[in-house]
Amino acid sequence: MKFSVYRYNPETDNEPYMQAFDIEARQGMMLRDALMAIQEQDESFTFRHSCGEGVCGSDGVNVNGSNKLACITPLSELKETVEVRPFPGRPVIRDLVVDMSQFYAQYKQVDPWLIRKEPLPEQEILQSPEERDKLDGLYECIMCGCCSTSCPSFWWNPDKFLGPQALLSACRFLADSRDQASEERLNSLEGPYKLFRCHTIMNCVEACPKGLNPTKAIGHIKAIMLKDAI
Amino acid sequence: MALEKQRFDTLILGAGGAGLNAALQLANANLKVAVVSKVFPTRSHTVAAQGGVNAALANVLPDNWHWHMFDTVKGSDYLGDQDAIEYMCREAIPTVYELEHNGVPFSRLDNGKIYQRAFGGQSQNFGGDQAARTCAAADRTGHAILHTLYQQNIRAKTHFFDEYFAADLIQDQEGIILGALVLDIATGEPLLIEAKTTLLATGGCGQVFRTTSNAHINTGDGKAMILRAGLPLMDMEFFQFHPTGIAGKGMLITEGVRGEGGYLINKDGERFMEKYAPNAKDLASRDVVARSIVTEVREGRGCGPEADHVMLKVNHLDEAVIAKRLPGIRESSKIFAGVDPVKDPIPVFPTAHYVMGGIPTDRFGRVMPTSDDDGDHLPGLYAAGECACASVHGANRLGGNSLLDILVFGRLAGKNIIDYVKDNPSHRPLDEANVEWAMGRLGRWDTKGDGITVSDLRKEFRKTMEDHAGVFRVEDMMQEGVEKVRAIREKLADVRLTDYSNTFNTNRTEALELENMIDVGLSIATSALHRKESRGAHSRPDYPKRDDAEWMKHTLYWQEGDRLDYKGVRSQPLTVESFPPKERVY
Repeated sequence: MKFSVYRYNPETDNEPYMQAFDIEARQGMMLRDALMAIQEQDESFTFRHSCGEGVCGSDGVNVNGSNKLACITPLSELKETVEVRPFPGRPVIRDLVVDMSQFYAQYKQVDPWLIRKEPLPEQEILQSPEERDKLDGLYECIMCGCCSTSCPSFWWNPDKFLGPQALLSACRFLADSRDQASEERLNSLEGPYKLFRCHTIMNCVEACPKGLNPTKAIGHIKAIMLKDAI
Repeated sequence: MALEKQRFDTLILGAGGAGLNAALQLANANLKVAVVSKVFPTRSHTVAAQGGVNAALANVLPDNWHWHMFDTVKGSDYLGDQDAIEYMCREAIPTVYELEHNGVPFSRLDNGKIYQRAFGGQSQNFGGDQAARTCAAADRTGHAILHTLYQQNIRAKTHFFDEYFAADLIQDQEGIILGALVLDIATGEPLLIEAKTTLLATGGCGQVFRTTSNAHINTGDGKAMILRAGLPLMDMEFFQFHPTGIAGKGMLITEGVRGEGGYLINKDGERFMEKYAPNAKDLASRDVVARSIVTEVREGRGCGPEADHVMLKVNHLDEAVIAKRLPGIRESSKIFAGVDPVKDPIPVFPTAHYVMGGIPTDRFGRVMPTSDDDGDHLPGLYAAGECACASVHGANRLGGNSLLDILVFGRLAGKNIIDYVKDNPSHRPLDEANVEWAMGRLGRWDTKGDGITVSDLRKEFRKTMEDHAGVFRVEDMMQEGVEKVRAIREKLADVRLTDYSNTFNTNRTEALELENMIDVGLSIATSALHRKESRGAHSRPDYPKRDDAEWMKHTLYWQEGDRLDYKGVRSQPLTVESFPPKERVY
């Protein structure tokens, strides 16, 4: 199977280039397996990966124009020649490895932790199954970055717009019946950029390898804000 | 150029559940804590834990910590230290509540309490009816816990060194650990982190086997650093093969599938676990189920064209149960086995999953450097989680006790470090010669020229470990294995990188990982060869019985001369009576 892979080593290359590789594709092979096979042919080829089963979120790449997790992308679903590039819009460190610090900084901006103001009970804080169901579709995010780095609003205003991942996380805590900081969370999202730069382009939904829907989460936050305003 | 140095009260190597739970205690106490992780923290392998964490909350069925303790001692095949086990089972309860308070999105029962499911090896009333002790967030419990701990550490302003590779511990002439030499993966620059205390929380080493549920990063780095520092590893022969990995691939299918009512069948459709464990059946202990599967396949009752696996049947369960309790498993089965478990059974076979052995610690997480039963700990050095051996799992770990171990002992190590730093407020002087030794080990990889590639030697090594140190082990096979791994260790000198650049050089980090894996692999093979009995996960058809008179003792392995020694099991619990060894039936 033919691959065309983005290469760039700042120590030796003046500019990035695409390199061709030919890999023997086997039944059931994933894109990550192919990238590892490419690495065996050329040990200078660099990409991040770890769990191999779509839970650690290390190996997000841009393949044939879409952001995907390499370890759960079957080669059988990809059109030849398979073009593999780093996430768009992020500074490239080397080959497929990009600098994700902006993405992590945005996550931290939404105070992504449970905030309790009342004293804690001796046992668990009670939560009904229905209340807990509201976290489904929000808590499963693996922070791979496929969504935010496919979002045009994020490309244009990465310093001001929080991006789908951080907003999904904000929604996860707003939706948690145990959290007691909704007002502060909503206030911190006010203004024209942080939340409202989402133009519902929905690339994030298309890109999420876990089937989550950040656009819906963003809409949900907007709805709560509207309700509070009235 | 001068080596950059930074100083902290505590250095934590590893950002999984153990490292992050320790860091949280320390940061909350306003200590200056550095967490070094070779991947961004939420990529640590705790994230992949599925089924849950054990604690006798009694939310679903009657339970108490003493029953949990009995099951853990029995599960360990009486090799676990009963003081540490008692401590873990008692602390399980407040530890899980603390996690919940920190935000872990546990699944819930109708009364609003944490959902608990049945897991293998669990009983009520010291061997009676099945218990339901495993607290779960659907089948993504590790993910839920790891992300929550990371979130709380952001709040507590823990200092993270993300994507830094820890190369070696630095010690002085007295053997006291002064910190570690680490490598910034993005730039290739070394950094010396000096610390008053060091906690190893580097996780497991499943990558030493070819077929494993473990991530690419699980290369036993901390264990190998300990060996190179002249310290021992304990009970490394005990390696758990999880019964249900996806056949031919190794990805995990949680025991929770069987906890929710799934069961194993052979090619005749026979529910074969009824033969091997008439009471517990599919929820017998993991070592028992793994051996039963291998036996079925060896005796010709395997499934598929190669008759090389068995089937895990789930499709008799309600689709709603699968959607609610096992959504991740349904997804993995579809992706990796091409099977929707709602319709068809999942092809499974044992996969290398967890090492019971590790860096010997006492029940306070302090590293124990000798085989002396009354020996003292090494001041300022701690280990917790899968890299450590407390020893709470003995010869076989129960499902749901791994998340528990990392959380309880990570938290405890954190608390003990706070006290240690109070009593020992200054840094000790650096030993420059030892720093030079560590720098020299890194520098070795700048040697250019033709040689073996990292990936070629890695392949040979992992295949050798699988062939010679797997589920069933006999003398000749293991002797040959030890010799082969020794030869592979010799070959390391001939390995050359093909990439010498500094920027994010994975060729270099994988070479360092290969060194670590081989060091750890030899500790497994050597310890296994010399234990002439069958106990827990260590199964020897040539010595099929457990031999308590001769072998109820811990193995210690030192790298220098591949030396072994032994020390006694701590059979005396803290407050209750000891559970004496009994025949282990399920």
